[in-house]
Amino acid sequence: MTANSTWAHKDFISIEYLSKEELEIIFKLASSFKQTLDRSQKKLPSLRGKTLVNLFMEPSTRTRVSFEIAASRLSADTIFIAASASSLVKGETLRDTARNIVALNADLLVVRHSAAGSALYLSKIVDIPVINAGDGAHAHPTQALLDCFTLRERWGSDFTGKKVTILGDILFSRVARSNIWALQKLGAKVTLVGPATLVPEYFSSMGVEVSHDLKSALVDTDALMLLRIQHERQTSTHFPSLGEYTSMFGLNEMRASWLKPGTIIMHPGPINRGVEIDSKLADSENSVILEQVTNGIVCRMAVLYLCASAVNPETNEEVI
Amino acid sequence: MSDILWISGGRVIDPANKRDDTGDVFAVDGKIVAELTEDEKNAAERIEADGLIVCPGFVDIHVHLRDPGQTHKENIATGTRAAAAGGFTTIVCMPNTTPPADNAGTIQYIKDAISRQAVVNVYPTGCITVGREGKRLAPTGSLKRAGVIAITDDGDCVQNTEIMRRAVEYAGMFDLCVMDHCQDMSLTEDAAMNEGANSIRFGLRGWPNSAEDIIVSRNVILSSYSGAHIHLQHITSAYAVDIIRRAKQRGTRITAEASPHHLSLTDECIHTYDGNFKMNPPLRTEEDRLALINGLLDGTLDCIATDHAPHTDYEKDREFDYAPFGIIGLETALAVCLQTLVGGGHCELPFLISLLTCKPADILKLDKGTLSHGADADITLFDPDLEWTADPEKYQSRSSNSPWNGQKLRGKTVQTIVGGKVVWNGASVPAVS
Repeated sequence: MTANSTWAHKDFISIEYLSKEELEIIFKLASSFKQTLDRSQKKLPSLRGKTLVNLFMEPSTRTRVSFEIAASRLSADTIFIAASASSLVKGETLRDTARNIVALNADLLVVRHSAAGSALYLSKIVDIPVINAGDGAHAHPTQALLDCFTLRERWGSDFTGKKVTILGDILFSRVARSNIWALQKLGAKVTLVGPATLVPEYFSSMGVEVSHDLKSALVDTDALMLLRIQHERQTSTHFPSLGEYTSMFGLNEMRASWLKPGTIIMHPGPINRGVEIDSKLADSENSVILEQVTNGIVCRMAVLYLCASAVNPETNEEVI
Repeated sequence: MSDILWISGGRVIDPANKRDDTGDVFAVDGKIVAELTEDEKNAAERIEADGLIVCPGFVDIHVHLRDPGQTHKENIATGTRAAAAGGFTTIVCMPNTTPPADNAGTIQYIKDAISRQAVVNVYPTGCITVGREGKRLAPTGSLKRAGVIAITDDGDCVQNTEIMRRAVEYAGMFDLCVMDHCQDMSLTEDAAMNEGANSIRFGLRGWPNSAEDIIVSRNVILSSYSGAHIHLQHITSAYAVDIIRRAKQRGTRITAEASPHHLSLTDECIHTYDGNFKMNPPLRTEEDRLALINGLLDGTLDCIATDHAPHTDYEKDREFDYAPFGIIGLETALAVCLQTLVGGGHCELPFLISLLTCKPADILKLDKGTLSHGADADITLFDPDLEWTADPEKYQSRSSNSPWNGQKLRGKTVQTIVGGKVVWNGASVPAVS
């Protein structure tokens, strides 16, 4: 198939500026890639000879490995640069680091950075595709893709009439923000729930419902997305303690009983068992947490493929 | 032979003297005079000002000249050239230098540099506390004797209310204005932009209006009890405007300024994550912006001040979170204010000129900002309709960190005169004779 006839973006920075049709292009391509996952020969030749640089200015395992596997499935070579090993600790600016990476002949740049807007900033500096693997609290667009892809496998391509509740630390969450854009573009209603300090009312300006009452947020939801409490990021002022959070907002069996049967339980990981989710529930049959991880590979393959094709039209060949 | 200047045929606007007519302005030996004799007219240097506005030179009471210690960003020569290019003939420089201007020796250094390098009038300010650390009072009396016209810790708002109380009481003894940058630091840790719908959308740490409102309230209360004059720098919050309005109704000795960028831009601009939209205090919402304009119109806010804050391109051009706060403003202020306030239909030209001349001068009791007979011949001639493009390569400032870079602006200073001498001719600063 040639899936990218209407894909024109060099970079993949935020869901906010994508249309529903563009999301659909990604999902269709990811679906095709998914069918290849069970093959014994998993590699596709699409990005053969290309070099992908994973520039991670903030620690990450899951997202980085997922991008590495996605790239290797497409036959690209990957180089990993961690913040601690890079020249940035020696005072080099992000601009200079990025230009050096390009000068080293990289073809794709995947970036994770603690400062919001850094992926967009880099995309204006370099000519090669820049893929946002998380920028501060701003966006984590490939996470939203894999979450929606996972839901789409159950619900089909139209989420109209579905309600998705996102529970936890929304304020510091790029995952929540990217999902808010993606879910609403696909037709779902989104409710955010958590303590008032982590779910400020300002979020309603993004079109979502803001709630601090867990029960009313849970009873009619079709999917529940849990977020990790990023206690390493929080200033101590946003809530009293992890224990208090768990007692007020943790998903335990009693609270899970408020959910409709079959409500999908999601988590972007890493999970803090016993904090935001009861251990048993994380492993329950309604939990799709590991499926999300697998789907992350094919969604990232789709993004890498599409962005590489946008700068190199010759890549636009029969991929499967 | 005297130096005689005859500026003829312009629209002369001198708000301090309620003058607005087409006519002449005369100066002899650096002072404004009522008229010239025939002999003087024959000997005068004549400047044709047809189609131009002739007004007192602008006064900016909030400028960072970065000398000593940060002269890679700006120095007194480049900063005052930028002032001249923007029509400012008098500027007040902030003490957040390296080292800070918290002692008479540093003030003397600054005054020496001014006398060697400045092309416009510059008045220094000193620190409120030693090292701008907010802990111990700086030697205010010595600073005053050394020549400061106000004290301020500028970007480092004094957090301890006891220290601030004693500072205003002590400075009040010398009738020295205390200028305060109103920011409760505990509310703005790691904050990069206004807190609100846009900080949520852009994923940046929010800086709430309350951080300003609380310190404005504190200062109103301290001024009210002590009778000391506190000047509130670059107000941005609608609520703060309201607090100031009520304080003035009670007769409290509070004055306040607004900056061109807060009058013209909102936090929506930050969607590009361009560091040139990062300032302290941050750009706020449209509601706040309109409240500032209304505050200027009803006299709650007294004047416009640029908070000209130069930073190099390599400092500004980076991740938004890591870029320093502040933008340059001297060279764009006139055009931005003309477009926003006069072009936006909020006020007439003479009122805007008052916000840039006699009103800021009054705050610090400077004998400036008027064309009164006998006053220093500090005069600005501008064309309110001249279109130009803000070109970062062409600024007189050493830095170019401006949100208006590359934009078409309307209204430009074509001649700036300080003490009867032309210091800006519309394109450059003429060599000083």
